[in-house]
Amino acid sequence: VTADLACRDLVELVTAHLEGALPGPDAAAVQAHLAQCPACRRYLDQVRTTITVLGRVDVQGLPADVRARLLDAFARRHGRGAG
Amino acid sequence: VDDGELLGRLRAGDQAAFARVVRAWSPAMLRVARAHVRTDAAAEDVVQEAWLGVLRSLGGFEGRAQLRTWVFRILVNTARRHGAQDARRPDLPGGPTVDPARFRDDDDPWPGHWRDDAAPTPWDPEPALLAGEIRALLGTALADLPGRQRAVVELRDVHGFAAEEVCAMLDLSPANQRVLLHRGRARLRAVLEEALR
Repeated sequence: VTADLACRDLVELVTAHLEGALPGPDAAAVQAHLAQCPACRRYLDQVRTTITVLGRVDVQGLPADVRARLLDAFARRHGRGAG
Repeated sequence: VDDGELLGRLRAGDQAAFARVVRAWSPAMLRVARAHVRTDAAAEDVVQEAWLGVLRSLGGFEGRAQLRTWVFRILVNTARRHGAQDARRPDLPGGPTVDPARFRDDDDPWPGHWRDDAAPTPWDPEPALLAGEIRALLGTALADLPGRQRAVVELRDVHGFAAEEVCAMLDLSPANQRVLLHRGRARLRAVLEEALR
């Protein structure tokens, strides 16, 4: 572990780190900390894993009746325009 | 299906193609709309109105932007019109995203570093993480996040929008977008940690 950056500070920088948004000195401090701290590497890996799982979750869509209305509108519009 | 082909199908009246894009894009559209209006029902109205606007304008779409980008621009304009009166925003939340009790005290030789008994422990291997049960748990936790955290995490991590797109659609500064993403992801990591240890 390194004394420059505490773990409790690092966990608040992981998103900026992943976004590439840290200014040079902060980016270097994060890299140096991660190189020496297995627990924070694990924390970062778990954030990455969370993002991966989020890519597979089902989220709420339009209610079926609204979707049906839209499909009707599409069919009517095309029926009128195509003749 | 690439943009040109999709556009051709929509203009030709291919209803199955329209049903597919409505199904694929409406969840993200609902999140964007909900960031501008007060209720889920109002967000559904906005998305419906935006799709009807898309149908009216499809003939004039010139293909300079990507089709999805163009559809979301219509959505955002529609949402802004509905949400103009809802401009007040709550302050960004503050405070640590990890329980401070997990770190060593200030009089410890390593202040602020993980306590040995509270450091992150390994999770189950990947197959368990992708099981339906875990995904459902995470989906529920995502829906329970405060509205703007939910919107940012869902648009970025579920639907794959870029940070700049999310900032533009939700009227956020890059720094605020990042704070919301950070807090949402930290909360969801903690939910998985709770479930998997």
